[in-house]
Amino acid sequence: MNTTPIGHNITLAERAYRIRRNALLMGEVQGQGYIGQALDIADVLAVSYFHAMSYRPEDPDWEERDRFMLSNGHYAIALYAALIEAGIVPQEELETYGSDDSRLPMSGMASYTPGMEMSGGSLGLGLSLAVGRCLGLKRKGSASTVYTLFSDGELDEGSVWEAIMSAAHYKLDNLIAMVDVNNQQADGPSTQVMAFEPLTDKLNAFGWFTQRIDGNDMDAVVAAFDAAKAHPEAKPRMIICDTKMGKGVPFLEAREKNHFIRVDAHEWRLALDALDAGRNA
Amino acid sequence: MSAPNTPAAGKPKLKTSAMIASIAGEGQRTKPAPFGHALVELARSRPEIVGMTADLAKYTDLHIFAKEYPDRFYQMGMAEQLLMGAASGMAHEGMMPFVTTYAVFAARRAYDFIHQAIAEENRNVKIACALPGLTSGYGPSHQAAEDLALFRAMPNLTVIDPCDALEIEQAVPAMAAHQGPVYMRLLRGSVPLVLDEYDYKFELGKAKLLRDGNDVLVISSGIMTMRALEVATALAVDKVDVGVLHVPTIKPLDTTTILREAAKTGRLVVVAENHTVIGGLGEAVAGALLRGGVTPIFRQIGLPDEFLDAGALPTLHDRYGISTDAMSATIKGWLG
Repeated sequence: MNTTPIGHNITLAERAYRIRRNALLMGEVQGQGYIGQALDIADVLAVSYFHAMSYRPEDPDWEERDRFMLSNGHYAIALYAALIEAGIVPQEELETYGSDDSRLPMSGMASYTPGMEMSGGSLGLGLSLAVGRCLGLKRKGSASTVYTLFSDGELDEGSVWEAIMSAAHYKLDNLIAMVDVNNQQADGPSTQVMAFEPLTDKLNAFGWFTQRIDGNDMDAVVAAFDAAKAHPEAKPRMIICDTKMGKGVPFLEAREKNHFIRVDAHEWRLALDALDAGRNA
Repeated sequence: MSAPNTPAAGKPKLKTSAMIASIAGEGQRTKPAPFGHALVELARSRPEIVGMTADLAKYTDLHIFAKEYPDRFYQMGMAEQLLMGAASGMAHEGMMPFVTTYAVFAARRAYDFIHQAIAEENRNVKIACALPGLTSGYGPSHQAAEDLALFRAMPNLTVIDPCDALEIEQAVPAMAAHQGPVYMRLLRGSVPLVLDEYDYKFELGKAKLLRDGNDVLVISSGIMTMRALEVATALAVDKVDVGVLHVPTIKPLDTTTILREAAKTGRLVVVAENHTVIGGLGEAVAGALLRGGVTPIFRQIGLPDEFLDAGALPTLHDRYGISTDAMSATIKGWLG
């Protein structure tokens, strides 16, 4: 069913490495970017695009594709990195990231980028749109699945809980949501900004099939996606992904935690070297 | 009128109407639930139409659609942000959602969701919202005095303000024929029937001269066109000749027709709107006139820039100058 045409023999770990590398290259071009988040979510994106989802790189609007909806638009740098690796966006466009007239703006928007299914950025929006798409797909009798990624900070938004409630009400078993719990939002650690734990218990109580994993453990991510797809109950599926900001670049992992990790001009090259060192270790 | 409840004042005080009350005047011809019936009819030939609401189906006439097409009706609960986001997702999958709530909740609570998920993504969602302007006596929580100002400022969004049952019936298929998001001010329940006497046909984006007049040109939308026609009849007795230009499409504005009519010399131009005088049809027309180099004597009838009172609609319409009597008196005063 997976129609990904290129590189069937490439491991998911290698895909995640390349996604991280693409993101760092974009950060280097722009001199900034939400690189901490891109690095932490690369494993989840690798599994999404190279294990779980069906799509045709040459036809991003293929009707039978699975939909990937990025609610946290500032993670666009991460999704572009994955879309490039997936062959949906040409590798050479990477250099245009964040530049005038680029198809890769700093915050993800539906009309700009092939494979970008929604205009995110106004946080708390994505899950509601995903609910509508799941309802629409069911109306059409489609077998496609909607994957949606949002961030732990978005759990503060009431609209997220409106959507969580409605997804269970409508028994949306064609919805797989991933929440990136990197425990960092604009004003500080997410759980200190607003206490959203115990998240698994809450989501179970709201009628979701909920799994909580280390989002940087590739085997765990694969197992969670497989379980989400195979789950027999007519429930929406949530994968709570605990992740580490800056993952794969030790000096960024160790840097003081901040929503927008500061990277000095000379450090992008160092980060790429550190990423390569980890790959070859 | 029943026995007065304020003997000291000598004048009976009216009571605030229940939520479902009609805006129709006593003895006025009406049609029941024109939106609901028109949508049911249209949906027979448009299988992509779905109905969605946030716990206000019964109060927006969408319950008629829900009863006819239960499997095409989506109850999203009392959650307007979810409603708008889900409608966007539905439209993205090829459906044509007709979405209902009250104008206050769409304009104020769900504005960002309409802005981002519907207008920015240019999704084919039709938003029909009851209680526009001052059509509820419940106070500011239910009075959408500023919905047109807010929605006019939203790119991609077409904005319409129908006058009566006939126009709503015609607007529903016109909304569907238009590719892109539309906001409609909805009159629900027993809706006045007025425009059938004027050989009227709704056309999206077109202003229509319903009656010509040499002394005053009233430019109006929504229920204020109904009032303007009544004012014209009333002032004719005093030999004041009032023309009425109905502008049901607030955006895009039919500036060609507005400039043509306003340029006819010697007429006082009055814009009448069921909306705050800030940012609605009045200021839209004023801007168009100035930009077009047409500068007649210009006046506005509309709601004041304040939180409006609770009370009975006839009382409030008198108080804020948008009843037929108040409007007639105001215009006569301007004429001197």
